[in-house]
Parts: sequence; C-alpha cells; structure tokens
Amino acid sequence: MNKIIEKKIFSGQIKLIVVEAPDVAAKAEPGQFIILRVSDKGERIPLTIADYDGNKGTLTLVFQEVGKSTIELGRKQPGDFLESLTGPLGMPSDIELYGKIICVGGGVGIAPIYPIARALKKAGNKVVSIIGARSGDLLFWEEKMKAVSDELIVCTDDGSYGRKALVTVPLKEILEREKNAISRIWAIGPAIMMKFCSATTLEFKTPTIVSLNSIMVDGTGMCGACRVEVGGQTRFVCVDGPEFDGHQVDWPLLMSRQKTYLEEEMEALEHYHNKSCQCDRS
Amino acid sequence: MDENNGKKGRKKIERQDMPVQVAGERIRNFFEVALGFSEEQALLEAERCLQCKKPLCIEGCPVGVRIPEFINAVKGKDFKESARILKSTNNLPAVCGRVCPQETQCEIKCVLAKKQKPVAIGRLERYVADWELARKTKGVKPEKKSGYKVAVIGSGPAGLTCAGDLAKMGHDVILYEALHVAGGVLMYGIPEFRLPKDIVQAEIDYVKSLGVTIETDYVIGKILTIGELLTDRGFHAVFLGTGAGLPLFLKINGENYNGVYSANEFLTRVNLMKGYEFPDWDTPVKVGRKVAVIGAGNVAMDAARCALRLGTLHHLQKGKEAPEVHIVYRRSAEEMPARAEEVEHAHEEGIRFDFLTNPLEIYGDDNGWVKGMRCIRMELGEPDASGRRRPVPIQGSEFDLDVDTVIVALGTRPNPIVFTDAKELERSKWGTIVTVNDDGKTTMNGVWAGGDIVTGAATVISAMGAGKQAAHDIDIYLKNRQL
Repeated sequence: MNKIIEKKIFSGQIKLIVVEAPDVAAKAEPGQFIILRVSDKGERIPLTIADYDGNKGTLTLVFQEVGKSTIELGRKQPGDFLESLTGPLGMPSDIELYGKIICVGGGVGIAPIYPIARALKKAGNKVVSIIGARSGDLLFWEEKMKAVSDELIVCTDDGSYGRKALVTVPLKEILEREKNAISRIWAIGPAIMMKFCSATTLEFKTPTIVSLNSIMVDGTGMCGACRVEVGGQTRFVCVDGPEFDGHQVDWPLLMSRQKTYLEEEMEALEHYHNKSCQCDRS
Repeated sequence: MDENNGKKGRKKIERQDMPVQVAGERIRNFFEVALGFSEEQALLEAERCLQCKKPLCIEGCPVGVRIPEFINAVKGKDFKESARILKSTNNLPAVCGRVCPQETQCEIKCVLAKKQKPVAIGRLERYVADWELARKTKGVKPEKKSGYKVAVIGSGPAGLTCAGDLAKMGHDVILYEALHVAGGVLMYGIPEFRLPKDIVQAEIDYVKSLGVTIETDYVIGKILTIGELLTDRGFHAVFLGTGAGLPLFLKINGENYNGVYSANEFLTRVNLMKGYEFPDWDTPVKVGRKVAVIGAGNVAMDAARCALRLGTLHHLQKGKEAPEVHIVYRRSAEEMPARAEEVEHAHEEGIRFDFLTNPLEIYGDDNGWVKGMRCIRMELGEPDASGRRRPVPIQGSEFDLDVDTVIVALGTRPNPIVFTDAKELERSKWGTIVTVNDDGKTTMNGVWAGGDIVTGAATVISAMGAGKQAAHDIDIYLKNRQL
C-alpha cells in the first residue's frame, strides 16, 4: 500500500500524483517504469516514472485517463492509498555525454522525457527539447522542461498554444539546421508520434531512442505480453526495454498489439460506469 | 478374488475413488474438480495402510513426510495429531495433497502397489490438511530467536518451504515476492480448479504464523540486489527460489500476432488476475473459438482446460460459439510429460489431442490476429538424449490448422532479473544456478538456491524438498559463524 501525498490536475484527463515508495525512489533512474494497482481487483498498470526523490522517498507519476483503471486512479485523492506499487522496472536510459541531444515529449510523454532531459543536461549534454500536445490545455511542465533544456520548443496540433505544428516539424528543422551536430534523440509519446519521429530522424541517420508502451502483465519478463520486434528480433519491453532504437522497431506490430483488448477495455469502462451510477444513487 | 487380504486377515477394502465434479458440469466453472474424501472414505482408506515397519513410501517423498504415522492417526480418528505429524515435515500439506505426483513418488513405493492399488496417500494428506485448515490452526513461533536474518527470494513452493523451516529454527526471515501476491506458481500458474487459491492463501498464512515476514512487490535484482541484501540490509544468508519464470517461445514466424500467448501470460491472466471474473476483475483474457495449446506437460493441460472453461463461459454468457481446444504435441501419447490424471481429466472434458504434430508457422489476418497455423506430421525415430524417441517430420505432410488462439506451453527457463550484479553466481548454459553441494549452496558466499532455478522446470514437491534441504544447510552455516 502506497500513500498518495500530492495530486495535480493538468487538464481534464491528465493528472499527476506523488506517491510514497521509499525503496523504489532510492533506486529509480530515468527511463524506468513502475507497475501499480489501484484496487484489490485491479489490473497491473505500467507507468513510466516522471520524477523521483530518493531523499523524500517519493515518486511522481503522470497519467492520462483513457480507460477504467486510469479513471479509477484519477479519482484517488491525497491521503488515499494505492493497492500496490512495484519497481523500478525496465532498463534505465543510457545517460552519457553525447554532445548535443534532442528530447521530444508528446502528450503525456512529456512526463517521462523530463527526468531523461534533466539527466542528460546534468551529464554535460546540450539539450534541445520539443514538447507538444493536441491542444494547449493538454500541455504541462513547460517551465520544468525549460529549466533542464538549452532550448525549448513548444507546439500544439491545433495552434492553441505555442507553435501550430506536429513535433516532427521542429524536429526536422533542427536536424537540418544543426547538420550532423545532433548525436542522439529521445522521443517519448504515443506510438504514432514515436513512429513518425523515428521516420524523420532516419533520413539524417541520427540515433533515436523511443520508450515503448506495450501491454504488460507482470513487468518482469515472466509473461511476454509486451513482446515487440526490434531489428527482426522478438524483445520484451519490460526487461529488454522500455527504450529501443526507434529505427529498428516494428511499429505496425506494436500498434496492432496495443489494440488487443480494445473491445474488453470498452466493456470494462461500461461496467465501471454502470456500477458507479448505482453507487451514486444509493 | 480373495475377500481376505494380508496376514492379519483384514477384510479387503478397495482404494477409495476421489469424488469429482462431472466433466459436463465442471467445464462451466472454475471450482475444484476433485472434491476430497468424506470422513468415511478417509477412515476406510487409512485402514488399508499396512503400517510397514520399514516404510518405503517415506523414501519416495522429497520432504520425508512421516506417512504411516499420519495415516495411523487418521485410523484413530485423531485428525489433529495427524495434521501435526504432517506439518512436522511439510509446511504445505493441502497443496501437496492436491498437486504432488504421488503416483511416481510415495504411492509407487507402497507395498500394496505390488499386488493391488497403493494406499491413496495424497488423498489422505489432502483430507487431513483440509480438516485442519477448516479449523484455522496457527503455527507456533519458536521461543528462542537465533539473532540471524535470512532473505528468501521468491515465494513459490521452494521459498515458502525454506522460509517456514528457517523460521521454525528461530531465524528472522523476510520472504521477498516480485508480484503483488505471494505463492508464485501456486497462485499464478496452477488453476483454481486444481488448487483453490484460498487453500494456497491459508497455507501461506500458516507460514506467516511461524514468524515469516512477506514483502510483496519486491523485484530483487531491481529494487535491491542480492549483494545489497547481504551488505546494506544486514542479511546473514540468502536463499534464491525464484523458479523458472521465463517463457520459451517456438521461434517460428507469426508468433507475435494477437491471439498468441505464452502459457505464463495466459495462466497469469486467468489465475492471478482472475480473468475469468472479468469485468468484475479488471484484467481481461481472450480466447477464440478454436484454441491450440502447444506442448503436453502439466502446464499445457492447465492452459487447455482453462481455455475450455473460459470459452464455455463466453459461449453460455455471450452466445459466442462453443470452443474447441486442441493439444498440439510433436511426440505421441506415451511421451507426454503431464501427469496421467491431468491427461485423463482433460480427455473427459473434451480437450482434443493432436499427436505427432509440429507447428511450422502461424498465419495472421490483416488486423494482426491469428487465423491459422501451418503444421507438419511427425513420426518417431531413434531415442534422443531424453531417452524418448525423437520426432522426425514426415516430408510433404504439411497441413493447416484452423485456429484463432495459440498458447505456447513449451517450458520455461530461470528469469535472469535476480542476477543483477551477482557475478559470483555461477550459472549453466540453460541459465540455471550451479550448486556446489546437494543442499543448494551456490558459488556466491552466503547464498543458497533451490527449486526450478536450479533444476529447470520441475514439480512443486521437488522444489519444496530443495527448500527444506537448503534451510537445513543454512541453519548449520549460521550456527557455525560468529554473530
């Protein structure tokens, strides 16, 4: 049981919680994830760590409400407890002194890109960051990203805030502008965004790291639900990843596997709403 | 046949049959198949035991259960004493009474087995253990503490046994479990209908009552390394019982289509996450109308029978087509590694067996879902390293199986996650731990291992035996060192 000690609502669906998890916080590194359960009968939800504080013993998690489990998580308040939390899982990001780096965070992917950008900056890299979302109200952590970047570009799909563009547009411009000066790119966000970022950077042959968000159960290599193909090899996102070479990922397979339980996700949501309505009435 | 049997002229009593849920009924639910003896049956069965002076049955038991003694107590209707005798060597009798392969261990050694059927030792063990569980007996914590701390990694049968025994010896034991529930394969792997989870939980509670602390959600190798347990956390010894949790796949084309599961994933969704209670429980699990389970071990039987139940429930609740579940096995019926009883139950329930059939490729549709599996017929050739006749493909015999779900149950290997930074731990090319004595001592100072992580995938009881031996060796090691 892990206590929620802070909560912020960034927009209707994007929320932040800070939870107590001292042993996990002490070991967490950028790029890793945790798995939590909201309730006794709950599923195991993987979330990439948005921030951690080893001294305070806390983890920061940012999530978007997309289905029953994340909606239920979003209803938790400070003082409430999570049913369980396991981590840190997965391999940490490869933080080294590379030179000049681009960090791209799309949507809720801004959260996990933040500790990576911070660590890269701390390692002495020059960091250019691009953050984007569908619209301005879905953006968050602009100030935090600015603080760990040498340059920050903010864009929205609809132009309601910052530049009206998909993140791939400034990404391509910077790569063109900087010629061969960019040594590495991190891109985290929805699969479709990571796919197009990887396609953009392929032209420039710039190594591109993506963080894959496949379906998982245990998160420790036991089940293989999260398997993806990278460079023609089957890999487990939970233990071999979550970060992989974006140029090698089989994106159609990843996206197809992400949809495995679409029907059941709808059913679970409907069931949850029906149940909540009955509770509200009583 | 002679009515009288044995020198004392005792009246011949037939081996008591286990009452079961009938096949047509049980495929519609996840309740236990075997219902357990009645008291009357237990008394009759106990009467059959000859109380041999030199009992061979005990030799067949990896944890050395004092079989004739516990059966003698049953005879005297002293079930409490019988349970005490059982638990003096076995922390998990209700589990063992259900899932041990007694037919190849204690019962095969029973003197009666030479002329008739052996005493139903497993069924009696279950009867006594259940009798006691119903009365919620607690364990006794040892009065004197040794002052030593031991970390046990993995709360499956090996870890639970080792932890329980070490606690009985007076050591402080913390049992670390990666999942959110303790029990390992007893919880995520073996289905409810063979091993009810409240039975497993009750036996885990018993181990806790002996003084063992269980920390769930601790992935050792990630949150803490083995080395850190021994240095930073002040443990004097570590036991590794993390099993063989890494699934093997076929390595054929199409294996990553939607609808292809490892048996581990499928069983975890069903058993640990209660997928059959979806949407009351959140985790879904999908089975199609035609399922192929690849492999013929106990895990394959479990997966097939779970798939059949899920499919039948979907059929009854949602009007989906009634399911057809196939076991696809490259050897023949004789080579199947599953227990005879499991195969028999699967047969009764309507699982179909495609022997001498080897998958070559899985086909998918445009949306990335399984739509078929190309297979080839096999024939048996010369014996291979395992002593079983090697299956050889029959050229030109390829054919397509029309399936929409494939469950791969080809075995598992140890999960390397626990080995982070533990370079001193010698491992074999199969990823199992190399031990330096019969009690599971490893090449890393202060570290023991036992169960599937040493042997590769094996049985619950052999893991328990290894946990028990290691506990004994760790106890000697601790007593010989200075506090």
